[in-house]
Amino acid sequence: MGNLAGCATGYVFPAAPAPQPLLVIEGMTVDFNGVRVLRGIDLTLARGEALGIVGESGSGKSVTWLAALGLLPRSATVSGSVRLDGEEMLGAAASRLDRIRGGRVAMIFQDPSSALNPVLRIGRQIGEVLARHHGVSGSNIRAEAKRLFDLVGLPDAARRFDAYPHELSGGQNQRVMIAMALAGKPDVLVADEPTTALDATIQAQILDLLTTIRRETGMALVLISHDLGVVSETCDRIIVMYTGSVVETAPADAIFASPRHPYTQGLLAALPPFEGALHRLVPIEGQVPDPTNLPPGCAFAPRCPKRLAVCEEAVPPLAQPENGRFSACIAATVQPARLSLKLNTSVLA
Amino acid sequence: MFRFFAIRVLRAVLTVALVVTFAFIVLRLSGDPARSIMGDDASPEAMTAFRREWGLDQPLWMQYFHYFAAIFEGELGRSMRGGVPALDLVLERIPATLMLTLPAFLMKLAIGIPAGVYAALYRDSVIDRAVMVTAVAGYTVPSFVLGLVLVQLLAIWVAWLPTGGTGGLQHLILPIITLGVGGAAVLARFVRSAMLEVLGQPYIRAASAKGIPWASVVRGHALPNAAIPTVTIVGFMVGNLIAGSVVVESVFSWPGVGNLLVVSVAARDLAVVQSILLLVAAAMVFSNLIVDFLYGVLDPRLANGNTGGDH
Ligand SMILES: Nc1ncnc2c1ncn2[C@@H]1O[C@H](COP(=O)(O)OP(=O)(O)OP(=O)(O)O)[C@@H](O)[C@H]1O
Ligand SMILES: [Mg+2]
Repeated sequence: MGNLAGCATGYVFPAAPAPQPLLVIEGMTVDFNGVRVLRGIDLTLARGEALGIVGESGSGKSVTWLAALGLLPRSATVSGSVRLDGEEMLGAAASRLDRIRGGRVAMIFQDPSSALNPVLRIGRQIGEVLARHHGVSGSNIRAEAKRLFDLVGLPDAARRFDAYPHELSGGQNQRVMIAMALAGKPDVLVADEPTTALDATIQAQILDLLTTIRRETGMALVLISHDLGVVSETCDRIIVMYTGSVVETAPADAIFASPRHPYTQGLLAALPPFEGALHRLVPIEGQVPDPTNLPPGCAFAPRCPKRLAVCEEAVPPLAQPENGRFSACIAATVQPARLSLKLNTSVLA
Repeated sequence: MFRFFAIRVLRAVLTVALVVTFAFIVLRLSGDPARSIMGDDASPEAMTAFRREWGLDQPLWMQYFHYFAAIFEGELGRSMRGGVPALDLVLERIPATLMLTLPAFLMKLAIGIPAGVYAALYRDSVIDRAVMVTAVAGYTVPSFVLGLVLVQLLAIWVAWLPTGGTGGLQHLILPIITLGVGGAAVLARFVRSAMLEVLGQPYIRAASAKGIPWASVVRGHALPNAAIPTVTIVGFMVGNLIAGSVVVESVFSWPGVGNLLVVSVAARDLAVVQSILLLVAAAMVFSNLIVDFLYGVLDPRLANGNTGGDH
């Protein structure tokens, strides 16, 4: 339990003495045909929390949540524990999972146009969620769907019920997906890169919508993105993943002000500046190692500017240098924290 | 919509014209009807009279022109063997052929579709392997070989069923099985790959993420999508109902259209061959129209034509 990532309940509910987290993932691993792509994930999600998950492509952001919901193909072997309100979800019976999915935990995906069934009317697709999780039937489905479409700001809500997905734009389809997710009145919405397939103005609108809805409904939000900027604006707490492990977790403002892990510092340096600052973007050098061929020590060591000899020997554990923050870096704990702060201010300057 | 069908029909007419022309050329250049029908012993006078009677003494292009002109008047000519209207000869054989091809068609659907769906759902399982091995076998073994093997096993060794000919229901069993196996195999393979393609689509995972039970995801989300490409091959099978049993009818001496075709080609009985080809072409065109129509019904992306060319 010692290095369980981010029991951030302390600042979400300052008064409450450690309430039970809504969702707990412990020691979760995922193997595809003998190749380990998730190497023991620990994280918690508090009620109503907005949790951001960032990391480069292939770091295991999607696989973490697909595995938690039992949505990976049979070629995947999942182990560990995922508990929702204390109840184990891994290996749960299909009927129980079907009640959780879409009902208590909803998920939306990167490309809304391909996540909607092309041959079924939108009304039918949202209707089956309403019928399945809340027993809504008949003409009530149409009324409830219209209410949800209005809620997510879908223009011309009444007419969309009979439309097909190809008749809507990408942004409109993502609103439909969000409406479908809300239809189950979930406690958690997992949004897996919900804006990557959309153009910039629509992206901002969808993120605003997610923030508004979270405020109004009180549901927790897990926002997956490869863009630290997007996540830090929307989320309370951020988890940084690299090659199937959590390398850092901290409150959003803290991660911006003083990133602990060199990988997080690299992600920040690669971020475009807010206002036309002059300094160049510095992409992280090197490439993400292949999961079949990970280095023996820290997976980031080969790309790390602060690499020490020990880094190449043992995988660093996720340690807690200060309250609410965790980082899996030997160099950061060995070297004085001042150094990383100094480095970081030069990045943000 | 009208334009859509007008183009299809025009294309169909052109196709039929090409097929008929091709048959005319091949049959006229490959042998002499007078000789094949009258026999080698007929006197030169009788031959000449036969040629004059059937217009075979005219230049080839004249014969072709007359033939085409007649078709447009709805006249498909007469059989050179006996002078019976060719179309009557052909139509008379259709029930016998359908007696084999219709049940075989149903057998293809009843076996091929579930087998393909199951193989895809249980991919790489024992069921999948078994279905695929059977399908490859059923698909590669030519129907005359399969027919002869079945005859050897069931008609000669254990003698449960007749080797061929007509009579009771027991005469239908072997030809229907022979016809059905290959098609079922083709369909199983096709449906399997269509299902695998669909099951890998993001909307299937998204449906599961909504809490829809897997059986309903398969039935309500996967099958309607997999049906779209499958319609093409089923339509092709419908088009084959009339002419798809030539080999099997020969193996089992079944008096259907296929048998008539073989005999008429051998005799260079042009009018009969042409009538059969016209009928076959018409069946193909008809089934294509149905396929196009079904695409529109099954795939809303095509129905209003704003994302056309998706196929
Ligand atoms: N179905 C699968 N079969 C085999 N390997 C897979 C499968 N799905 C994911 N992986 C592997 O698991 C690892 C993590 O993938 P994941 O999709 O979680 O990455 P991600 O962080 O979501 O990246 P992205 O930003 O590209 O979405 C990758 O190495 C990927 O190749
Ligand atoms: Mg992903």
